[in-house]
Amino acid sequence: MNNEFRAPQGKITKVIGSCISLIGDDIDTDRIIPARFLKCVNFDALGKSVFEDDRINLKGKHPFDLPVNMGASILIVNSNFGCGSSREHAPQALMRWGIKAIIGESFAEIFYSNCIAIGIPCFTLSRELIEEIQGKNQKKSLDFEIDIFNSIAFSKEDRYELEIKESSRNMFLSGEWDATSTLLNNLKLIEAKINELPYIKLNGNYL
Amino acid sequence: MSQNTLFDKVWDLHNVADLPGGSSQLFIGLHLIHEVTSPQAFGALKDKNLKVKFPSRTVATVDHIVPTDNQTRPFKDNLAEQMIDTLERNCSTHKIKFFNIGSGSQGIVHVVAPELGLTQPGMTIACGDSHTSTHGAFGSIAFGIGTSQVRDVLASQTLAMNKLKVRQVFCKNKLSQGVFAKDLVLHIINKLGVKAGVGFAYEFAGPAIHNLSMEERMTICNMSIEGGARCGYINPDQKTFDYIKNRRCSPKQENWPKAVKWWKSLASDKNAIFDDLCEIDAANVEPTVTWGITPGQSIGVNQKIPQLNELSQEDQFIAKEAYEYMGFEPGQTIKNTPIDVCFIGSCTNGRISDLRVAAKIIQNNKVATNVTAFVVPGSEKVAKEAKREGLDKLFQEAGFQWREPGCSMCLAMNPDKLTGNQVSASSSNRNFKGRQGSPTGRTLLMSPAMVAAAAISGHVCDVREFLKNE
Repeated sequence: MNNEFRAPQGKITKVIGSCISLIGDDIDTDRIIPARFLKCVNFDALGKSVFEDDRINLKGKHPFDLPVNMGASILIVNSNFGCGSSREHAPQALMRWGIKAIIGESFAEIFYSNCIAIGIPCFTLSRELIEEIQGKNQKKSLDFEIDIFNSIAFSKEDRYELEIKESSRNMFLSGEWDATSTLLNNLKLIEAKINELPYIKLNGNYL
Repeated sequence: MSQNTLFDKVWDLHNVADLPGGSSQLFIGLHLIHEVTSPQAFGALKDKNLKVKFPSRTVATVDHIVPTDNQTRPFKDNLAEQMIDTLERNCSTHKIKFFNIGSGSQGIVHVVAPELGLTQPGMTIACGDSHTSTHGAFGSIAFGIGTSQVRDVLASQTLAMNKLKVRQVFCKNKLSQGVFAKDLVLHIINKLGVKAGVGFAYEFAGPAIHNLSMEERMTICNMSIEGGARCGYINPDQKTFDYIKNRRCSPKQENWPKAVKWWKSLASDKNAIFDDLCEIDAANVEPTVTWGITPGQSIGVNQKIPQLNELSQEDQFIAKEAYEYMGFEPGQTIKNTPIDVCFIGSCTNGRISDLRVAAKIIQNNKVATNVTAFVVPGSEKVAKEAKREGLDKLFQEAGFQWREPGCSMCLAMNPDKLTGNQVSASSSNRNFKGRQGSPTGRTLLMSPAMVAAAAISGHVCDVREFLKNE
């Protein structure tokens, strides 16, 4: 786990780091961060509690506890990762533990958009290639450089062509993943929109 | 690409602009907030020196952390107290309408908004909660968002989103006696899979869907997300309009017929084009129970837990994990599994019709010894109506605990939790590992009627056997 946490800012063009493999399909956000840790008014303390119950259960053998994975920043997962609850606490906890990018077979929709919104690029690869990376990573430490412009992960020996949604890729390259200011650029259009919606016209003082 | 579906019509109406990166800027007509996923969003607004753009389009209530036994303030749990206090202060600072405990309208956000008539066809609705899909039952486009997106909606009333594809889930025929909306949606998730909905909005259609009441439709749309679909909806019809009429926030007087006319125009056209179509036969659905650790791992109550070789290869890894966690043997029956805790409540099945159905089963019966059973109404309004009908007494006489409204043991953020490896029969929506508050607790999802039947018999049973004796 990284002690000094700095949230990403601005353009994100590459991620360099070692891989940590977490094997399993349908890993839900309750497992990533159990609900009891949601009793907080900021995200600061979540990093140490990531996967808490799974980690207790595995008594030090969970990937997030293995000494070899300390300092890792690229998470390799299987299918439907992050399903379930919309809690942004899940990617926030991963990020505060040290995760900067995720490569998986597939991601749950809300988890994926939460990752984009906080600056964690998520890439997909086929099941076979994910299992290949996880297999290699079980034998030895894997260091990747992810080039977001070209959607490629490479090491000295390997090269994987990753997939990422075009809009997400563009947002990381431009810095617009931090969407608030981009959205506020269209303030006039927003004000025009609220005045043309039938349900607002018909029911203005509804509360 | 889909065309002329309700989803297309509502999406296009709310599209503010196409963003440079390729996503759309979508206007959010109704923003619902609660205490768990909003404090950091308000914090971010403060950090960025921003205000809430349209405070009247956001409505708040408190649900996840509220204790259901003693709601005296301050709460015994300091962290829970801090969260409700933060929400109270944020709503007061930003002039956001807050339905607090004791207001008569507090409750689970997805129960409260429809009750108030806030949820209406043709709206875009967002909330920092994955079960926001519930509101799609009214023909709105409703989906869960994370906290950074809550921040964006507060600041701009818009979101950066990619348009979803649309899959029509056509449910033919009718549900049989003793089979409920919960059984149907568990069946759908089992048939389509827990990740099939990723990238899709689900349009639930067909006679089996339109035959359902509005509350049952909410149960269906509520669990879209458990099938991977962030958004699920049903085309509005007369039942929808009848439900909304004369509620606190519904259109009034001369605006009512205008609103209905507009709502009618929103339904998917006869010639609508869907990205995908699938068909479910509702007549084949049995009372359904989950045996595993995802909502897709379910079987009819009289069926056997599948063997590994009966499952597709991609379902086998999670099935092995499920057998081990749940302590079930492949091939064993789910019927007669002993139950420790029975929970009736949640945004899936905590409405008055759910309580009525369960009450009918438990009438003149007693909760089995060794079973702890409790009912948590979905809202203050549900609780009030239940009391008016005497359901609270009925439940208590049968040995159920009658609690105050909240999310309670659906996710166990309040003191209501399983302990150790207890088995719960639960009317909630998720059977994930540890979901109900104990890291080794085991959850069997089922309809409220099936939970009631399990409470009485002390084990999983077929509720239709109770209905026979009526």
